[in-house]
Amino acid sequence: MSKDAAVVIHDLHKHYGTIKAVDGLSLEVPRGRLFGLLGPNGAGKTTTLRCLCTLERPDAGHIEVCGIDVRRDPRATRRLLGYVAQEVALDKVLTGRELLQLQADLYHLNPALARTRIDESLALLGLQDRADDRIKTYSGGMMKRLDLAAGLLHSPEVLVLDEPTVGLDIQSRLSVWNFLRELVRRGITVLLTSHYLEEIDMLASEVAIIDRGRVIAQGTPDALKQRVGGERVTLRIREFSPREEAERAATALGALPFVKEVIINGAQGNALYLVVASGDPLQTVPMMRSTLQELGLPLFGVAQSRPSLDDVFLAATGQTLQDADLAASVAARGKKKK
Amino acid sequence: MRDSLLTTDKVSQDVRLRAETPSLAAQFAQETFALLRRLLIQLSRRPSFFVGSLIQPLMFLVLFSALFAQVPRGLFGTGDSYTEFLAAGVIVFTAFGSALNAGLPLVFDREFGFLNRLLVAPLASRLSIVFASVLFIVGTSLVQTLVIGLASLAMGAHFAGGLEALPLVVLTVALLVLGFGALSIGLAFALPGHIEMLAAVFVLNLPLVFSSTALAPLHFMPDWLRLVASLNPLTYAIEPIRYLFATSQWSLTAPVIAAPFAQMSIPGCLLVLAAFDTLAVGLVALILKKKLA
Repeated sequence: MSKDAAVVIHDLHKHYGTIKAVDGLSLEVPRGRLFGLLGPNGAGKTTTLRCLCTLERPDAGHIEVCGIDVRRDPRATRRLLGYVAQEVALDKVLTGRELLQLQADLYHLNPALARTRIDESLALLGLQDRADDRIKTYSGGMMKRLDLAAGLLHSPEVLVLDEPTVGLDIQSRLSVWNFLRELVRRGITVLLTSHYLEEIDMLASEVAIIDRGRVIAQGTPDALKQRVGGERVTLRIREFSPREEAERAATALGALPFVKEVIINGAQGNALYLVVASGDPLQTVPMMRSTLQELGLPLFGVAQSRPSLDDVFLAATGQTLQDADLAASVAARGKKKK
Repeated sequence: MRDSLLTTDKVSQDVRLRAETPSLAAQFAQETFALLRRLLIQLSRRPSFFVGSLIQPLMFLVLFSALFAQVPRGLFGTGDSYTEFLAAGVIVFTAFGSALNAGLPLVFDREFGFLNRLLVAPLASRLSIVFASVLFIVGTSLVQTLVIGLASLAMGAHFAGGLEALPLVVLTVALLVLGFGALSIGLAFALPGHIEMLAAVFVLNLPLVFSSTALAPLHFMPDWLRLVASLNPLTYAIEPIRYLFATSQWSLTAPVIAAPFAQMSIPGCLLVLAAFDTLAVGLVALILKKKLA
């Protein structure tokens, strides 16, 4: 267990009834960085955070925050953590300022300190003008910002956020992202979970990818992508191609020397998804185009990219993040747990 | 030294924290008072439930007194009129009704995720959540008691016990509300959601009221009902208040309840209520321990 870690989770287990939500999860969050926990719905992200923030009792495992054992001294760890849950935890009858005052009292800040911190956090989140209006008059984005302000009020070492931008409009998402980057710049450790690829990819300096209750890959985004390797080419014969055309093209393209794998993505109009050895696109794309021309097939579009975290997830689990999300929501329709 | 929100320099933060952290008792007081203040703000901005809870007993008082207005004096064994007899019953069952609903805000807090905010905070003790709710409900019940008492006086009842007896009335109501309030809060954590909570309140409210001496004295009841009423904490709140309404030369040694197993004076009744309270609070503490991480 590294002394420099802000959060250490070792072999965490937690089940609800017959469902094993977290199944031997281990990770280390370095201080002063933004750490992302990426995984589909139902992977165990929320449960992990709830165990970390003392809202749940784990079945087994060891959790430390800044070197303090969470089970042995929960109060001390609560002082070090700020938790922002997925759903806002606000009281609509109160004003923004009253809610922050309540938060200050729950964390035992003295009145002078509370006043300073409340004013600062209102200013930081751009809520000064509406601080004395009732929360029920706030927009969704403002409520989220107030939630963030409340989480920071007691100057935690680690800010823990569960799916911070779900349901927010684009403007709010951008401002939350900027805000989180700013926090890290000022030295706060941020741990966030998300099922949004681009969010984690853009923000996190280190990622743990979790599926079915355990970490399946961990590292910096670049390192993970490099480990998976290869380039990704998405090729569309037509905007929506018939299956047999796609299959013919797949067979022909698969024969090319630099093409490692071809997958037909039925959900995307039978687009062809190729994994190619890293090479000069000035050579590879014309070769693919001429292969198609020989078959008498047009080329609607080509997109080439480095591997993404989705490819990392795909390599590790055999499913893309989107498909895993879909599978989880279908399963959840069976039994909804609150 | 600028108290920046986002300084994480460990040394300066340690120094600040040490200077900031008050004693455990002071922390408990701070968090309890903050939670109580929230409940009071909610009451002031959404008063309809409380106002309704005042109108209902007043209507009860007026209508039931009118119903029994022709009843021969002294039939109910105490006082001049049924109003006088009824007043104690109305005071107690109103307080009881409020106490049963004490847990409802907590159920909603649980359902809407607000409770998470409280549970993630470094509270001196999670019992401060219970304590704040109990203080709130005792306070509102005493206001209700005052309003009903004044109304019954306006309707011609006399409070024979005089001003010196008022502290006893206050104490009795407070003890009753504490016990049932704590039970209600326990239910708020034990039951799945607000539907179940409302169902429980419905089921408990009227049967407990009718199996007490709220509406009729013990000697009216058949034996089995008399036994049930003698085991009902409500009875032990009603009878002392009723006695104080009716008796100008009251004393702490006179019997106020003739239960099948014993005769009880006012201190005896208060002791019964206190025992009930201890059981209730113990139960809540157990439920909290089991339900919360």
